Amino acid sequence: MPADARPERIVVVGAGLAGLRGAEAIRAAGFRGSLTIVGNEPHRPYDRPPLSKHVLTGQVAADASQLPSSLGDDVTWRLSIGAETLDREARRLRLSNGETLPYDRLLIATGTRARPWIHADEAKLRNVFSIRSRDDAASLRATLAAKPKRVLVIGAGFIGCEVAAVCRELDLPVCLIDSSPSPLARALGHTIGAYIGEIHRGRGVDLRMGSEVAHLEHADGRATGARLKDGEVLSADVVVVALGAVRNTEWMTGSGLSADSGGVDCDDHGHVLDESGQPDRSIAAAGDVARFPHPLYGGRRVALEHWGHAVAQAEHAGRLLVGEDLPVPYAALPNFWSIQGDMVVKSAGLTDGADAVAIVQGDPADRRFVALYGRAGRCIAAVAVDSARWLPAYADKVASGAPFPPIDTATDRPLREPEIRDPGFA
Amino acid sequence: MRVSVDLNLCQAYAQCCYAAPRYFRIDGREALFYDPSPAAADRVEIERARLACPVQAIRVQDPEA
Ligand SMILES: Cc1cc2nc3c(=O)[nH]c(=O)nc-3n(C[C@H](O)[C@H](O)[C@H](O)COP(=O)(O)OP(=O)(O)OC[C@H]3O[C@@H](n4cnc5c(N)ncnc54)[C@H](O)[C@@H]3O)c2cc1C
Ligand code: SF4
Repeated sequence: MPADARPERIVVVGAGLAGLRGAEAIRAAGFRGSLTIVGNEPHRPYDRPPLSKHVLTGQVAADASQLPSSLGDDVTWRLSIGAETLDREARRLRLSNGETLPYDRLLIATGTRARPWIHADEAKLRNVFSIRSRDDAASLRATLAAKPKRVLVIGAGFIGCEVAAVCRELDLPVCLIDSSPSPLARALGHTIGAYIGEIHRGRGVDLRMGSEVAHLEHADGRATGARLKDGEVLSADVVVVALGAVRNTEWMTGSGLSADSGGVDCDDHGHVLDESGQPDRSIAAAGDVARFPHPLYGGRRVALEHWGHAVAQAEHAGRLLVGEDLPVPYAALPNFWSIQGDMVVKSAGLTDGADAVAIVQGDPADRRFVALYGRAGRCIAAVAVDSARWLPAYADKVASGAPFPPIDTATDRPLREPEIRDPGFA
Repeated sequence: MRVSVDLNLCQAYAQCCYAAPRYFRIDGREALFYDPSPAAADRVEIERARLACPVQAIRVQDPEA
């Protein structure tokens, strides 16, 4: 079937947030043909953000976050089944149960998985955890509820910071380790990361920044601690590995698509690209697995791991596959939130390549502020700590590429030029 | 029932907390806690919370409705 004919069969691979919202958009755009969602987890799509927050504190059950949906009975769910290979020539998938599944249009939404601990044998130890699925969160919750003596969190990105904050809420001793100079340094830079680190330290998190774990010590199939590269040994009876994510693209191997562990490449419509850079107009990708050119960042390809992005891009991709005319390029502003204990960190835009940062609202000493990031004289990102209501105004500056430094419009202090600082990216 | 909140949109106005205090709560200055699977018997309360949210951040599905 030519790419411009009316599709009769649409298949979505990946039954997560993007797969669900994409399927809803496909139906909402008027598609009445057959719609199949293939997912290798046993569950209907569920929300992941609670897994590293209220599921770990025990306030929400791990199996309680199934996502609300507008899909009806006219959808075929193929759960606990993975897509194993993609034959674009024949337009069909081979599934893990041996079946083949033909498609006219395909939405790729296979997301990411937790990056495993560097030593595979240590990753298998019974008290070593990572969090991606609700089953992961359920077993970590059960372990935390048993009041361990000390939790070691390796990796001070967003999820690592959230887990460390939960431990403190549960009154558990916790040590947060990262080779960066401060928590969130890769995402927010050392300057802002250091302020957030101070907040965690103030709440009793034992911060070990600039430290690297060489390997985990263990006995009888359980980790007993971690040996740092400088020789120090930290004891622990629970280890949480929070080292970021790897994109689920292996199943596309051999399909001729341009894909690797950093994502599957898309053009500025959202169609996937083949190895020679040509779009395949019968396939779109969305969510964590998609790497796409963002116009706000000079058309550089980015892969985001943001809830809001998975929703926005999936809606876009669903409509694209049904044949709607959509604005090009796809350009939704990236945004993100993180709840660390009872502190909320939110961002709009991307800090990548920032050459300057300024506190434009509030004060880090009060533990609430907005930081605005600039690159080459333009606003590229804003980060709000316990200042959600101020963020939209700065997000607008980012979306419009307003000049940086900004004219100080903060209403909570006298009009003056904000101090411009080095954001501290390594 | 199934509830999700787009916390990018949420600005901690707490209207949902007044409407359905058993299911929505603000911790600290602005960290929203919500129960993603409220009891079906409380659908009126949940619907009130959804409608009260000034930024329409709350999404609800009532499988029995
Ligand atoms: C613990 C945790 C906390 C988070 N907190 C926040 C937060 O506070 N704020 C925020 O903005 N974002 C947060 N995120 C990120 C957010 O959840 C993701 O951006 C979002 O889940 C992406 O959705 P997705 O559908 O692209 O991928 P996923 O949710 O990963 O869904 C992909 C699905 O595809 C399945 N799959 C993979 N390969 C195959 C295959 N070959 N065949 C069939 N199925 C396959 C996977 O098993 C999975 O079910 C968090 C993520 C995690 C893990
Ligand atoms: S009413 Fe809306 S904005 Fe206010 S706290 Fe509830 S979800 Fe957030």
